[in-house]
Amino acid sequence: MIRKLVSMSLVLPALLLAGCEVGTKVTDQVGYRGAGLNQIALKRTLPAADVIPEPLYELTPEMRQGPTAKQTYQNVQVLGDLSAEEFNYTMAAISGWVAPVEGENGGCNYCHNPENMASDEKYTKIVARKMLQMTRDINANWTPHFSLSQYAGKGAGVTCWTCHRGQPVPKYNWSAALPDPKGIVGNKHGQNAPAKSVAYASLPTDPFAALLQGKNIISVQATSAYPSQYVESIQKTEKTYGLMMHMSQGLGVNCTYCHNSQNFASWSLSRPQRVNAWYGIRMVRDINDNYITALGKVWPANRLGPAGDPKKVFCTTCHQGKNKPLGGANMLKDYPALKGTPHDMSAPPAPPMDALPAPVPVAAADTARPAA
Amino acid sequence: MALLSFERKYRVRGGTLVGGDLFDFWVGPFYVGFFGVTTIFFATLGTALILYGAAIGPTWNPWLISIAPPDISYGLSLAPLREGGLWQIITICAVGAFSSWALREVEICRKLGMGYHVPFAFSVAIFAYVSLVVIRPALMGAWGFGFPYGIFSHLDWVSNTGYQYLHFHYNPAHMLAVSFFFTTALALGLHGSLVLSAVNPAKGTDVKSPEYEDTFFRDLVGYSVGTLGIHRVGLLLALNAGFWSAVCIILSGPFWSRGWPEWWTWWLNLPIWR
Repeated sequence: MIRKLVSMSLVLPALLLAGCEVGTKVTDQVGYRGAGLNQIALKRTLPAADVIPEPLYELTPEMRQGPTAKQTYQNVQVLGDLSAEEFNYTMAAISGWVAPVEGENGGCNYCHNPENMASDEKYTKIVARKMLQMTRDINANWTPHFSLSQYAGKGAGVTCWTCHRGQPVPKYNWSAALPDPKGIVGNKHGQNAPAKSVAYASLPTDPFAALLQGKNIISVQATSAYPSQYVESIQKTEKTYGLMMHMSQGLGVNCTYCHNSQNFASWSLSRPQRVNAWYGIRMVRDINDNYITALGKVWPANRLGPAGDPKKVFCTTCHQGKNKPLGGANMLKDYPALKGTPHDMSAPPAPPMDALPAPVPVAAADTARPAA
Repeated sequence: MALLSFERKYRVRGGTLVGGDLFDFWVGPFYVGFFGVTTIFFATLGTALILYGAAIGPTWNPWLISIAPPDISYGLSLAPLREGGLWQIITICAVGAFSSWALREVEICRKLGMGYHVPFAFSVAIFAYVSLVVIRPALMGAWGFGFPYGIFSHLDWVSNTGYQYLHFHYNPAHMLAVSFFFTTALALGLHGSLVLSAVNPAKGTDVKSPEYEDTFFRDLVGYSVGTLGIHRVGLLLALNAGFWSAVCIILSGPFWSRGWPEWWTWWLNLPIWR
């Protein structure tokens, strides 16, 4: 009996802990010494270096002169002011990034009718045009999100490749979860399922529909130690935590990458990275609301999620497990057509920022703006 | 001046581990011994260094004084005094003082001819401390992973280190430790209330014997572990609480780097239903 107990007491914990990992860790101190603000990763499971496609050919200054695309071709609505040569260069790059498969429906034909390139008959062309507007809007108007890039102010931004990576639909996307059944049976209230979207916690598995579109307030933390005023419900708080779990996972970082958990809300205790994340959330909402959802009925059924809404972006769509997408590589420098001009877009301008407590924009200006 | 009838036995010669008769004496009611001397040495030096650290630090507010470990970039080497070196020496002093005290307890146990339960129990607490500031930092390759010596600052460390793993409550060893802590508190509450009830009977009635105590719990939960047994149970619960606390922090970092909720995917991935 004693022997059995002893062996049980050794074997059970050993089994319980068998899910752990052994191996070299990569650590990064991101705060004052001893504050516990560290990034820790297992070396052998770090995401691999990204494939970054080289330009198909060099875009020389001479190629950017000459007749414009809109003079040369018909129905060029977004990139019409480029030279025809730069336009073709950009189109070739895009087809390689988004629909590289050759054949009847790959390459140029993924969006174009080869008999009539100007025709808008394929829905993919409508989407692509919207996505071009979106990319140019991001690169021109969401620069605060890139203010900690080493290319900040010098062409930090995104290309189609940042999300698409050679696939027509970016691998990492979200669409609204199906509503729970009414009543008690089988109704999990959208949580308590070990979902990857919230890093396998019991938190609401779809925090995105509530927080990565529209204008709901994300901040839930009370501003004093013993709050007497109602701030937010547990349910909404858990959505915010779910979104934060997603951000951590999507960027391959932990909570302390942005926050000092002594006070999650305090901007003065947070790292400047939190300012980038704050703009990032608003950027994602802009993308989802004004570009993806705005396409409405353009989306065919096979591009919609189970609840009938289009597949939208979140942090992982670009970041894919890295705090800087593509390891911070500057692809945009080779594609000036994707840069756009600030607030001179054919797309609607970025929506106004959410009403937030005063400290937020102040801190944002203090810590992030000068770098841009 | 013994308070209890058996206390005279404490003042017996011998039983020392180190130093023979040299330190085998008492100062007033206190046994000294070799480890009493080392305890005083390490405790005094460590405390003085903390005061020195506070003096060269930015504040005398007792809540905010903090002696922080070195930057992680120093790895396992020595750091300059003002940049974590103080923390390193204070850590050595703390481990020295705690261990000396435990060994002094061993010597006293030997004098009294009793078991080593007390020093063993204290050793588990020392193990928990050493796990935090020596074992885990050594496994992670930098003293900078130790916690800072300050009232608020060490709480920040605990919180932030937990959030390095997104949701620390999913740490299985943390679950065990918390359960043992709560159960320790429950057992102590049950035991204390039982003893107080037994020794404070109604006016005019006798103090109740263990038979009454056993009967109470046999009525309440169908079993009484008994007067001796409850102390064994209490020791087992309390030591497990400290032990699994140590395990849960040694796992976090050296043996797990992602969110603790993700650790449980081994369950989802069992071949039975994967």
